[in-house]
Amino acid sequence: MNGEPLIRWDWLFAHLGPIADRVGQHLYLAAIAVSVGFAISFVLAAISIRRRKLYPFVTVLATAAYTIPSFAMFAALVAITGLSVFTAEIPLVLYTIVLFVPNIVAGFDSVPWDVLDAADGMGYTRGQRWWRVELPLAVPLVVAGLRLASVSTIGLVTVSAILGDSFGGLGYYILDGYHRHFTTEILVGGLLSIGLAVIADLGFVLLQRLLTPWAARRTVGG
Amino acid sequence: MTADAAAGRSAASRTGAAALEFRGVTKRYGRGEQAHGAVNDLSFEIPSGAICVLVGPSGCGKTTSLKMVNRLIEPTAGEILLDGVNVLTEDVTALRRRIGYVIQQVGLFPHLTVGRNVAVVPALVGWSKGRQLARADELLSLVGLDPASYRNRYPYQLSGGERQRVGVARALAADPPLMLMDEPFAAVDPIVRERLQDEFLRLQRDLAKTILFVTHDIDEAIKMGDFVAVMEEGGRLAQFGPPDEILAHPASDFVARFVGADRGLKRLSLVTIADLELAPLPASARAGLPTFTPSTKLRDALSVLLAADSRGGIALDEEGQPCGFVTVDAIASALADDRQPTATRPGGATTTGVSAAAGDAKVTAAGGDS
Repeated sequence: MNGEPLIRWDWLFAHLGPIADRVGQHLYLAAIAVSVGFAISFVLAAISIRRRKLYPFVTVLATAAYTIPSFAMFAALVAITGLSVFTAEIPLVLYTIVLFVPNIVAGFDSVPWDVLDAADGMGYTRGQRWWRVELPLAVPLVVAGLRLASVSTIGLVTVSAILGDSFGGLGYYILDGYHRHFTTEILVGGLLSIGLAVIADLGFVLLQRLLTPWAARRTVGG
Repeated sequence: MTADAAAGRSAASRTGAAALEFRGVTKRYGRGEQAHGAVNDLSFEIPSGAICVLVGPSGCGKTTSLKMVNRLIEPTAGEILLDGVNVLTEDVTALRRRIGYVIQQVGLFPHLTVGRNVAVVPALVGWSKGRQLARADELLSLVGLDPASYRNRYPYQLSGGERQRVGVARALAADPPLMLMDEPFAAVDPIVRERLQDEFLRLQRDLAKTILFVTHDIDEAIKMGDFVAVMEEGGRLAQFGPPDEILAHPASDFVARFVGADRGLKRLSLVTIADLELAPLPASARAGLPTFTPSTKLRDALSVLLAADSRGGIALDEEGQPCGFVTVDAIASALADDRQPTATRPGGATTTGVSAAAGDAKVTAAGGDS
C-alpha cells in the first residue's frame, strides 16, 4: 500500500527457494486430485455407459457436489478428516468428477456406429474392440475433460491454503499476502497459479496432438 | 448354369471360395403376440465363387439376412451353412475373421492409417508385421490405390470412392472364402458407383469369392449378380434365380412391379453384340451407319439405333473389322428367343445359354472400362 511498488523484486528473489517448493506442492496436490478424480470418473462413466439409466443420477450427484462452495467443504471436512491431506484432496477430487464424467461418456458416445459395426463384423473380441477402437477414438473428448479438470483443480488448490501452511500450494502466498497487506505475495501466488494452469492446458493440447494424428484439424481436399 | 461358370472361375482362384446355403432361416423380433418377422423361412443356395444379390424394398430384411451370416444378428430358427458347416456352431470371432465384411458407411477406423486399416484382420489373426504390410500394399494395388502414396494416409484424407476401395481391400485382406457386402457402393455418386462396380466385377473374375451382396437398387442387382434373390416385405423370398430369369419370368406381381416395367430393356443390358446372331452385311450397308464393338450391350445398341433413326448398324469384330449387321428386329428377337425355352426351367439347356451370356456381358463390360 503506502507508496510501495506493485512488486517488491528483492522479496521475490530472496524467496525463490520457498516459491519453488510451493509450486511443487501445488502441482503435487493438483496431480493427485486429477489422477484420483480421473480414475473414479472413468469407473462412473463406464457404469453410466453400460447402464444408461444411471447416467442422470451420476450427473446429478456430481453436479450437486460441485455446487458446494469449496471454502465450506474444506472447513466442514476438517471436522471429519482433520488437517490431513484427505481434507485437501476430497473436495478437489469431487469437483473434477462433474468435469470428467460427461466428457468421458461423450467420448465413447462419439465413436461412430459404423466403425463399431465394422469392428464387430471383422472379428474383434469385446476387449480388443474396447482397447483398440473405442478407447483411441474417445481420446479427444477424454483429453478435453483432462484439460478442464486440470485447469479447474489448479485454481482450486489455492483455496486449500485455509487448511494451514502445509496446504494450498501457491495459495499460501495469496492468503499470507492478504493477511499482511503485501501485494507482492498475492501477485506471485496468483500469477504463478494462472501460469501453471496455462502450462497444464497447453501440455494436454500437445498430448492430444501426439495421441491423435488422425484427427482432421482442417478439411483436407483429395 | 452360372454355377458352372462360377466353378470354372473358382478353380482359377488362389484359395477358393465357400458355398453358402440358407436353410429355413427365420428372424423374429419380440415375443408372443408382438413378435414380428424380419426374415421369414429364407432358403436358397449360392455355389462357391458366385455373387448372389439380395434385393428388395427397405425393411424387407435383406440386411438382417446378411448380418445373420456373420452372426452380428443371431437367427431365431434355421441354419446357415458355409461349405456345409452351420455357422451357428462355430466360434463367432473365428467365423467373422474368415468372412469379408463391407458396409455402406465403410466403417474405416479413423485412427488407423490406410495401410493398417487394410491389415486389420491379418493383425487380429497374428500375422507378422512384415507380412501385414506386404499384404496391405498388395491389396491397395489391387483396388487401384498406389500403396506408396496411400498407405500412410488417414481415412479423413480420402474421397468417398477411395474410402470404399479401402473398405473392399480391408475385407479381402485375409483372403476370405466369403464376402458380405451391404450396399457397398450406395454412398458414392452414380459415376463413381459405376466405376467401382465395374472394377469390382473385374476383380471378382480373378478372385472368384463367394459374395452375398445387398442392395435396394434392382439395376445394381442385375448388373452384379450371378443370382438375384428378390425379397419382399415380411422378409420373404419372392424369387431366386439368375438375373435374366428374374427379368424374363417374374414369379409374382410383386417381383414384376419391383423389377419395373422396363424389365425387357433391362434384359437387353445383360446381353452384348457378341452374343447376338448377326445377319450378313447387306450390300446397301454404307458408311455413316452406327458401329458396335462386340462388348456393346444390346440395350445401348438399341438406344443408338433409335437415336440415329437407323434400321441397322454394323457390328465390328475384335479387330474393328465389320463382321455383321445389327438390326432392331434382331435385338428384339434376342429377347423373344430366350423367352420360350427358358420357361422349361430348371436346368434346361437354354437357361445355360442365357446365363452364360449374362456372364459374358459382365466380363466384357468390366474389361471395356479398364
